[in-house]
Amino acid sequence: MAESQTEVRIDPAAAAAAEPGRSPWIDAWHRLRRNRLAVAGGAVVVVLGLLCAIGPLFSQSFEEQNLDLGAIAPNAAHWLGTDTLGRDLFARLLYGGRISIMVGLVATFVALVIGVSYGAIAGFAGGKADAVMMRIVDIMYALPFTIFVILLMVFFGRNIFLLFFAIGAVEWLTMARIVRGQVLTVKRMEFIEAARALGFGRRRIIFRHIIPNVLGPIIVYTTLTIPAVMLLEAFLSFLGLGVQPPMSSWGVLIKDGADKMEEFWWLLVFPGSVFSLMLFSLNFLGDGLRDALDVRAAKD
Amino acid sequence: MLRFIGRRLLESIPVMLIIITGTFFMQRFVPGGPFTAEKAVTPEVQRNLEAYYHLNDPLWKQYRDYLWDLTPKRFHPQALASGLDLKAAFGIDFRPSFKYPNRTVNEIIADKLPVSLELGAWSLAVALVFGLTLGILAAIRRNTWIDYMCSSLAMVGICVPTFVLGPLLVLALAIHLGWFNASGWYSPIDRVLPCATLGSVYAAYIARLTRGGVLEVLNQDYIRTARAKGASETRIILKHALRGGLLPVVSFLGPAVAGILTGSFVIETIFQIPGLGREFVNSAFNRDYTLVLGTVILYAGLIVICNLAVDVVQVWLNPKLKFE
Repeated sequence: MAESQTEVRIDPAAAAAAEPGRSPWIDAWHRLRRNRLAVAGGAVVVVLGLLCAIGPLFSQSFEEQNLDLGAIAPNAAHWLGTDTLGRDLFARLLYGGRISIMVGLVATFVALVIGVSYGAIAGFAGGKADAVMMRIVDIMYALPFTIFVILLMVFFGRNIFLLFFAIGAVEWLTMARIVRGQVLTVKRMEFIEAARALGFGRRRIIFRHIIPNVLGPIIVYTTLTIPAVMLLEAFLSFLGLGVQPPMSSWGVLIKDGADKMEEFWWLLVFPGSVFSLMLFSLNFLGDGLRDALDVRAAKD
Repeated sequence: MLRFIGRRLLESIPVMLIIITGTFFMQRFVPGGPFTAEKAVTPEVQRNLEAYYHLNDPLWKQYRDYLWDLTPKRFHPQALASGLDLKAAFGIDFRPSFKYPNRTVNEIIADKLPVSLELGAWSLAVALVFGLTLGILAAIRRNTWIDYMCSSLAMVGICVPTFVLGPLLVLALAIHLGWFNASGWYSPIDRVLPCATLGSVYAAYIARLTRGGVLEVLNQDYIRTARAKGASETRIILKHALRGGLLPVVSFLGPAVAGILTGSFVIETIFQIPGLGREFVNSAFNRDYTLVLGTVILYAGLIVICNLAVDVVQVWLNPKLKFE
């Protein structure tokens, strides 16, 4: 018995030479880089994000009206044409993108904070507290939340800060479920038991061993929540319940375009394409991250 | 199974109560009411209106009376056949509307709900037919161009929102090619564009789920057994693989039905369809207290019933699960 054990023991120096020790995060990064769709998605997200963030500083004013001009088709002066009030569509797209992306990020952050703390508490606590907390989540799943968001937006005057919280309050449920499930699984794993056996404190176990192992799914699901949130914002704006003029978002622009598409096709086609492109890229990036960070599939 | 259904129905009562209570009080505690937008009326008229709608009663009394009106008091489902009358069938009274004088919310629902249900049913049919076909095709021709085409089509369906796809389809197929009417809900051909638009997203999700489900099942031992016994490939796919592969699709149907219901708000706006979804959004803008409550309760009830039906089908498909 003792002999066979010495046989399988690997010389540490040889092992280090064969495969240099890499953190799982670097592993994941390499896997992600090999996924061309995810890289392309990430690039588009970064480019669109940067354009929307700094573009409005340089481009024409998004709200400057030119009624004499009216709606004109794309040309050299106005790359994507102008709307019926003579406002440059390209500038409006960049500015609207700012709001859409901001809603996406802030509302996702709200959902992240609520979902992760709720799920982690339920998972750590376990037992009765866990059962009650998850039962509440189950019940809330059954509520028609989109309808509630619509009512909230109508009744409380379509305030953009309310929009953040209303959407965040809808989207945290799945996050809570995922985090709680992960915490429960990780908590029972052997390396946690080993850490406990080695006499590590509770804090060290939570922060050094559990949290890093739960982080992967959180990152993946966060990336996939952003497009869902942007979609919900655009949905509300399309119904006239989201961002209010003179502010603008991609949903508002699509709504305007849909109203006027019979004469001015570009007002619908460009905002619709940019918005869909953004959703595409975010989804591909999220899928790629899931493949790259999936802890279970990491070793093949 | 009957016990399971009974228990789930009992469990849904608190859910419905939360929804009713939340909506009822949220409406009342925000500024503005159903009559604020109208031109000033004389105090007597105002008083008469408030008396007619029982707005003078204390709030708790209004709430109690409203709950009582909502409580089902009889069970004659056959009365639904002649015009969806919830009052005749179950004794549920949603009261008169605030904005449509002389019309009750029951009448408005009976009038508009069939349109929305037809839209939803056809959209679900589109989603199932296209989703299952694409998903099975992609699974049995895995890693060929057919698979890649089906999967990219599914990604397009997921990422192009209905409120982009719908107007684009109208622009291309109705305005430029003239194959369809741009809006309206009259002839059967008017159903094509709205149902295709609303169904597309769910077709895409169903295609992905079916592909994954069938692929997973195809590796199982019992498929190999069926092959060894000489069953034809068609039989293996349709009889054995599909049954297992359908499970994730069935559990997705609950969220899908809820999504189709809320998706109908946008679709009915785009295509000018006289359905309940558009009515709901308008009623919220108008602060039509009773119509908002009535539609919210109806939608919540539909979602609860659909989720229950989905759970029953799930157990029926997968005997490993039990009715608990």
